Amino acid sequence: MLAHSFFFYIFSFIAIFSAIMVTVSKNTVHSVFFLILDFISISCLFIMIGAEFLGMIMLIVYVGAVAVLFLFVVMMLNVAQQKKQWFSSIGSSKHIPIGVLISVIIFFELIIVIGGWKFKPNVSSSLMLSPNIGISNTHSIGNVLYTDYIHLFQLSGMILLVAMIGAIVLTFRKRLGLKKQNYFSQISRERSDSVELKDVPTNKGVDLDG
Amino acid sequence: MINYINIFLSETYKILFLLLPVLTAVAMVVWLDRRVWAFVQKRRGPNVVGPFGLFQSLADALKYLFKEIIIPASANKIIFILAPIVTMTLALIAWAVIPFGENFVIADINVGILYLFAVSSLGVYGIIMGGWASNSKYPFLGSIRSAAQMVSYEVSIGVIIINVLLCVGSLNLTDIVLAQKDIWFIIPLFPMFVIFFISALAETNRPPFDLPEAEAELVAGYQTEYSGMMYAMFWLGEYANILLMCALGSLLFLGGWLSPIDAFPFNILPDFLWLILKMLFLFILFSLVKAIVPRYRYDQLMKLGWKIFLPFSLFWVVITASYLFYFNLLPVI
Repeated sequence: MLAHSFFFYIFSFIAIFSAIMVTVSKNTVHSVFFLILDFISISCLFIMIGAEFLGMIMLIVYVGAVAVLFLFVVMMLNVAQQKKQWFSSIGSSKHIPIGVLISVIIFFELIIVIGGWKFKPNVSSSLMLSPNIGISNTHSIGNVLYTDYIHLFQLSGMILLVAMIGAIVLTFRKRLGLKKQNYFSQISRERSDSVELKDVPTNKGVDLDG
Repeated sequence: MINYINIFLSETYKILFLLLPVLTAVAMVVWLDRRVWAFVQKRRGPNVVGPFGLFQSLADALKYLFKEIIIPASANKIIFILAPIVTMTLALIAWAVIPFGENFVIADINVGILYLFAVSSLGVYGIIMGGWASNSKYPFLGSIRSAAQMVSYEVSIGVIIINVLLCVGSLNLTDIVLAQKDIWFIIPLFPMFVIFFISALAETNRPPFDLPEAEAELVAGYQTEYSGMMYAMFWLGEYANILLMCALGSLLFLGGWLSPIDAFPFNILPDFLWLILKMLFLFILFSLVKAIVPRYRYDQLMKLGWKIFLPFSLFWVVITASYLFYFNLLPVI
């Protein structure tokens, strides 16, 4: 138990520290790196409470995909004027009151949501079982996700799909003068319609267009 | 307290016992790669240092070790130094879950395959950090290319892994290998094996998909500003990743440590040797591809990943699932 709490405090300290650094650091790329560190330590905490599936999915989805795209965008933004300071200046601290207001609102929303939290009756009874009954938590998540919560699961998938299509439609523009490679037309080219042999008379040349 | 120290010491012993062979294997495999590459091109390859040139990689490592590490003045020092460390660490921690035999594994975790997938998807950070922190154009372009490439091909590797998992019913790597006792998954899932192999080439930035370090366009890509031991660490991490992909391919499709036929002449070899032989087979395929295939253009690479591999592997998931469901072959949990 000693080692367990030791690691718990290490990971939670790193999580809180990097969460603060995300907002404090001046350079946006550093912020994203701290965000990644935050995700990693939170997934370590997930693994420590025995939710290894959630921890790994957190790593794969957030760190492996979402944060890479974040970094991608942020790096594109300020290649030219990247700043060497590690902390934001005093001048930018005038946004703090708004930030505090928003975080207080989110905090109370969380309290309201958690206060009104209810499990399905049969789920809460199965929570009472000890975790070591030979069924891994991947299987138990699958058992409830694809049976009791299938509609919510599919609905969230649908929302994500619509959001993705929306983003593509918003940014899609038809570009003129684009050259596209068509593998089939390239492969199916015959020698007869691409090469022509001509007898060129000396000192006369040849008319290419004719 | 003494209990914890004992656990710590025994685990350290196990980890050293795994990592030293892995690092030696990486050095040897670099030699093998260069030899195969040379033979395809009718050259001799490295054959001077030691018997057959076997100590060439050691000589190279010594050379890198004694070279000066140059950090560009405008580089972001902390991240610049961190990048090769991240690459190397991520390439090595993944080996913790690779089973070399039944109960012959450091961490036999329930979600082994997800762990491998997560670690290999984190591998892109070493490259992005290196490219960004160098504060120079070629490394930056290389790292952007590499980020897009690795994210794209990870998607199809994930879908391929789903195919295998449908047939196994467990995320544990030992279970995945044991499920292939009757038939290796390469036979029913052969198209998936081909796609996995090609995606693994792209995931490890090997030719023909080595656009992040395409020497004709980007000098050396994200490694341009690195020198000495830091360059060597990128290089070691890259080859450790390639070996890891070979191990993953043999665990998922070639039956891991299982011998082809469980009969006399085949089962004399110990389990781990079979896994190593399969990894070597895949690695030689990797180097042959490097030697004989020309480099892809960037738009062709993206087209292959998103428009061909992803739809095809998704389609194959549907086929596998329907087949297993129709013939009632779904694994019982």
